[in-house]
Amino acid sequence: MQALDVLIVGSGHAGAQTAIALRNEGFAGTVGILGKELDLPYERPPLSKEYLLGNKERDRLLIRPASYWQQQRVEMILGRRVDCVRPDERYLCDSDGRKIRYQRLVWAAGGVPRTLSCPGAELSGVHVVRSRADVDGIRDALASTSKVVVAGGGYIGLEVAASLVKLGKQVVVIEATERVLARVAGPKLSSFFEAAHRSCGVEIRTRSQIVAVAGENGRVSGVHLHNGDIIAAQMLIVGIGIVPAVAPLLDCGAEGGNGVAVDEHCRTSLPDIYAVGDCALHVNRHARNTALRIESVQNAVDQANVAAKAIVGKPVAYDATPWFWSNQYELRLQTIGLSAGHDAEVVRGDPATSTFSVVYLRQGKVIALDCVNAPRDYVQGRKLVAEGIACDQALLGDASVSLKSFCA
Amino acid sequence: MTLPTAAIPNSPTLFITTRAGDIRSVRGMIGHSVMESIRDAQIEEIQAICGGACACCTCHVLVDAEQVELLPPLSAEEDALLDGSSVRTLMSRLSCQLEVTEKLDGLRLTIAPEE
Ligand SMILES: Cc1cc2nc3c(=O)[nH]c(=O)nc-3n(C[C@H](O)[C@H](O)[C@H](O)COP(=O)(O)OP(=O)(O)OC[C@H]3O[C@@H](n4cnc5c(N)ncnc54)[C@H](O)[C@@H]3O)c2cc1C
Repeated sequence: MQALDVLIVGSGHAGAQTAIALRNEGFAGTVGILGKELDLPYERPPLSKEYLLGNKERDRLLIRPASYWQQQRVEMILGRRVDCVRPDERYLCDSDGRKIRYQRLVWAAGGVPRTLSCPGAELSGVHVVRSRADVDGIRDALASTSKVVVAGGGYIGLEVAASLVKLGKQVVVIEATERVLARVAGPKLSSFFEAAHRSCGVEIRTRSQIVAVAGENGRVSGVHLHNGDIIAAQMLIVGIGIVPAVAPLLDCGAEGGNGVAVDEHCRTSLPDIYAVGDCALHVNRHARNTALRIESVQNAVDQANVAAKAIVGKPVAYDATPWFWSNQYELRLQTIGLSAGHDAEVVRGDPATSTFSVVYLRQGKVIALDCVNAPRDYVQGRKLVAEGIACDQALLGDASVSLKSFCA
Repeated sequence: MTLPTAAIPNSPTLFITTRAGDIRSVRGMIGHSVMESIRDAQIEEIQAICGGACACCTCHVLVDAEQVELLPPLSAEEDALLDGSSVRTLMSRLSCQLEVTEKLDGLRLTIAPEE
């Protein structure tokens, strides 16, 4: 049976960074990355942006060139899916029944896109946006597509909508809640992005649900909405979140539910099994010490570094301030902190100029910022969030007062 | 020093001083960013977490004072991100914002100190 000192499951951002961090920490043992996809580890953020637009070639998505993995002796075991884990005997089995033994296991399997459960959801022409292959599928079908329905007004849905409009497609976004970005931002940012998309020609329908996908000859021809409306379209892109890929771990007794539970060193409840990235359910100081999963490059990279440090015996607790970005049209959004649970929002600058930021507070203290084309607020706001600084709201709302001045 | 790039035409050589003080010659890929060239040469001192989206400040380099004029001016965004760095100098740049061109052959950069 093949045996590795550290076996990483998942060849995405968190898995790749775990291997990189182990080598940077001087770890000399054997390291392997086992992943379902055939690609070497690549970055997902460009998928809905430059890559969909055709402005970034495939090779430039790679987190490291092929030579890196060879020279750093990171074994790539690609195109294989883990089906079960045997924590007592320290091995796992893949979908072909092959077993691999490990000393330490790092679970970095991310998540699987949630799909629609309505009739017609399996028709050809229904797409998701998680992998490079998914986006290649969308690009291949674009030539024969003039109108696209995007299900879900989260970051990925909106980025895809922006890219498709730039490519000359007609786009309708269907969002179930009363506003786009409802899960991740406050109402002011949502209404700004709704207006921005509408002004670029995207139709946005909130409080709206797809109840059936219509088809002709096995292909999407439109969607039926809950109110009886029918929208004709040749493509449906579903961006309604992910389900964490943790079943093999939960099946063998790991604690968790919406993700696999980890402590501040990214250790699961099972011996010598760590979890990092989108699938890791962790207690976060920036979420009032509740347990949550964070789907971002920042979290994937920082947790991977934490797990690597724990493995090499130099443990540090995960305590990073969350940050995120999203690009749509010429709008560059940068986020610091987690805004969920805020009890006040203060706008700095005028959204009509497309340069402004929203500061989120809770009990008078800054917990997050969403900055649109306002990198200075993003940079200076970091400290306000990291340290939970209390600020006067009237002063905060004055964009001529720099955020630095609140740090004194 | 031998230049591994000698055989490849139009492929500028960048000289990168690491935090340990070693000077590494790195082949720049025209059209790619300086960050990608440094990263792909396995100089692990820059992290480039956002992958070149100008959304973090983890690919910070210092340009040789005599060569500053070889580079295009900073954008407002790069300037703002660098302002968040405690080790910024007049020579600071984000290497993801520098596109490799033939003009950059011989460019000398130093990886910025750890914050
Ligand atoms: C289109 C898109 C745009 C994004 N934009 C941004 C952005 O602008 N900024 C930002 O911060 N974040 C962005 N993100 C989020 C970011 O990419 C993710 O948070 C990050 O990729 C998470 O890394 P991960 O390693 O946890 O998961 P992933 O990158 O999803 O990697 C998990 C890997 O594990 C594999 N796998 C799953 N199950 C198994 C199994 N049983 N056996 C073997 N392999 C398995 C999967 O196939 C996958 O390759 C975006 C994501 C997407 C999809």
